[in-house]
Amino acid sequence: MNIVVLIKQVPDTTDVKIDPRTGTLIREGVPSIINPDDKHALEEGLRIREKFGGTVTVLSMGPPQAEDALMEARAMGADTTVLISDRAFAGSDTLATSYALARSVITTGEWDIVLGGRQAIDGDTAQIGPQTAELLGVPQVTYCIEIDIAEDGRSVTAKRALEDGYEVIETKLPALFTVIKDINQPRYPSIRGIVNVCRDCDVQTWNAKDIGASKKMIGLDGSPTQVARTFAPEPKGDGLILEGPPEQTTKELVKHLRDKNVVRVR
Amino acid sequence: MDFALSKEQLMIQQMVREFAQNEIEPIVAEYEAEGRFPEEIIKRLGEIGILGMTVPKELGGGGCDTVSYTLAIEEISRACASTGIAVSVNNSLACFPLLTFGTDEQKAEFLTPIANGSSLGAFGLTEPSAGSDAAMQQTVAVKDGDDYVINGIKHFITNATVAEVYIVFAMEDKSKGTRGITTFILKKGDPGFTFGTIEDKLGIRASIQAELVFENCRIPASRMLGQSGKGFKIAMMTLDVGRIGVASQALGIAQASLDRSIQFANEREQFGKPIGRLGAIQEAVANMATDIEAARMLVRYAAWCKDSGKPFSKEAAMAKLFASEMAMASATKAIQIHGGYGYIKDYPVERYFRDAKITEIYEGTSEIQRLVIALNVLSGK
Repeated sequence: MNIVVLIKQVPDTTDVKIDPRTGTLIREGVPSIINPDDKHALEEGLRIREKFGGTVTVLSMGPPQAEDALMEARAMGADTTVLISDRAFAGSDTLATSYALARSVITTGEWDIVLGGRQAIDGDTAQIGPQTAELLGVPQVTYCIEIDIAEDGRSVTAKRALEDGYEVIETKLPALFTVIKDINQPRYPSIRGIVNVCRDCDVQTWNAKDIGASKKMIGLDGSPTQVARTFAPEPKGDGLILEGPPEQTTKELVKHLRDKNVVRVR
Repeated sequence: MDFALSKEQLMIQQMVREFAQNEIEPIVAEYEAEGRFPEEIIKRLGEIGILGMTVPKELGGGGCDTVSYTLAIEEISRACASTGIAVSVNNSLACFPLLTFGTDEQKAEFLTPIANGSSLGAFGLTEPSAGSDAAMQQTVAVKDGDDYVINGIKHFITNATVAEVYIVFAMEDKSKGTRGITTFILKKGDPGFTFGTIEDKLGIRASIQAELVFENCRIPASRMLGQSGKGFKIAMMTLDVGRIGVASQALGIAQASLDRSIQFANEREQFGKPIGRLGAIQEAVANMATDIEAARMLVRYAAWCKDSGKPFSKEAAMAKLFASEMAMASATKAIQIHGGYGYIKDYPVERYFRDAKITEIYEGTSEIQRLVIALNVLSGK
């Protein structure tokens, strides 16, 4: 079973700050981690390999420092890691990113299953998995909490967690699955894994040419959407508390509601 | 001079920190209150290679350096000092002597299982009458044909009852003094080897310290570790390594004391402001932070000396002496910063205070560390 896992390196914080001048995320001083959902996808990939044999190849598109996330993936047990990195990818939106990832999956050679997290905690789009599946021309099952591959290694029954219930999907491999955190408990990298990856691991890097990407499909040229503006929402002002006897505060309240056009009193 | 940790060391520190915070911290209060050994946590630590960190990979270990080992023990002890000592004893006091003095057969049979996490090891030197004066061994080993017969009692032995492999010291020839002591490898279940009292302690209550009882315990001569009469030397060399582990444990307790003090000082308000804005609290926190950093440098330096193949007996003693006394002082300050809250069990600092004390006692009391340091310094080392 040739398993491909897509991971993204993201800033480890729920309190992301935005530079008001440039409108971009302030990444300095914020540690980077493997996107949490993606870590569950990697764990699922490792478990599938343990059951069916084969290899786990981890792909990540990002700047050179995303190598750290790939090293952690190797320490957890991935067989091969590839950084998809090229200045030509700069400015890619989710479509251009999905295109580059789909090209990269194809470049790995024979593959049976692609796994990824539902969405990244920095962008929150949840578009990469579905778009990559479309570009690869394979079935997709998103929001998985169970991926059960039959003995034949071809038929898959996957359980999706939706807002109002569960959905069980049957499909055939090759296919792409996105997972949510309830699917498993990711393992910790072992000491031996860390020592191995630090002493004799070379993370491969593929550029746009290596994955046979068309220039028109990547970077700003390949991105139909553009971020017009990024901003931190204005903090809500303090509420107004009216104090005094009810007859007086009621009058004041009605006046405020009228002034704000919340109600109209004829 | 480079103070930066390597990529490998940073990754190990990060991984163990996450494990300790996510897996150990949430359950530690319950285990400590019940005095329950964290068997499941130890098993999982074994699976990720924490029980034989510096043992070569081909023997089942993790193959990392001693500096990484100190980082791991610090992070584990920051969450739970009991788990810290169980892990430290296995690495330093059981794996190290087997790796250093064991034959290939002994390594395969006894080292690999305790290095790869299948089981635990323990170290039996201390006796009721042989504490700091470790040479006063009352446990005797008598050669009988191809066997040895061991009689005596060891006490305060960490990991006793849960460990499978025991490094045990016994007097073979009293007339030779320290040169009459020999080291043996005992297995749980060896005929004549049982356990006595399990101690009820002030702190590190989730770790186990118990008696080893040998009554005509017969083992094959192949269980001798190192040469006959070299036991005292093996014990002293092993304790040098152990002290790096205990110093790291003390460092973890002190760091936890500081972590909680910072949190409390920023949240607790008195006189209309967080107490962290009061000069007296600032002084206490500043001193704690500085002392912890000083101890950390001593611990890492001792580990670096060992990794570099340099002598490290004096360095390990200094690290252990300073870190353990600093941990006790930090835990005391942490309680003072917390005031009444520090004295009750709703906050963890009273546990740090109880746990810190043992680091000044086991694997050589502070008085013994000063003796080791003085002997080294006075002889010009």
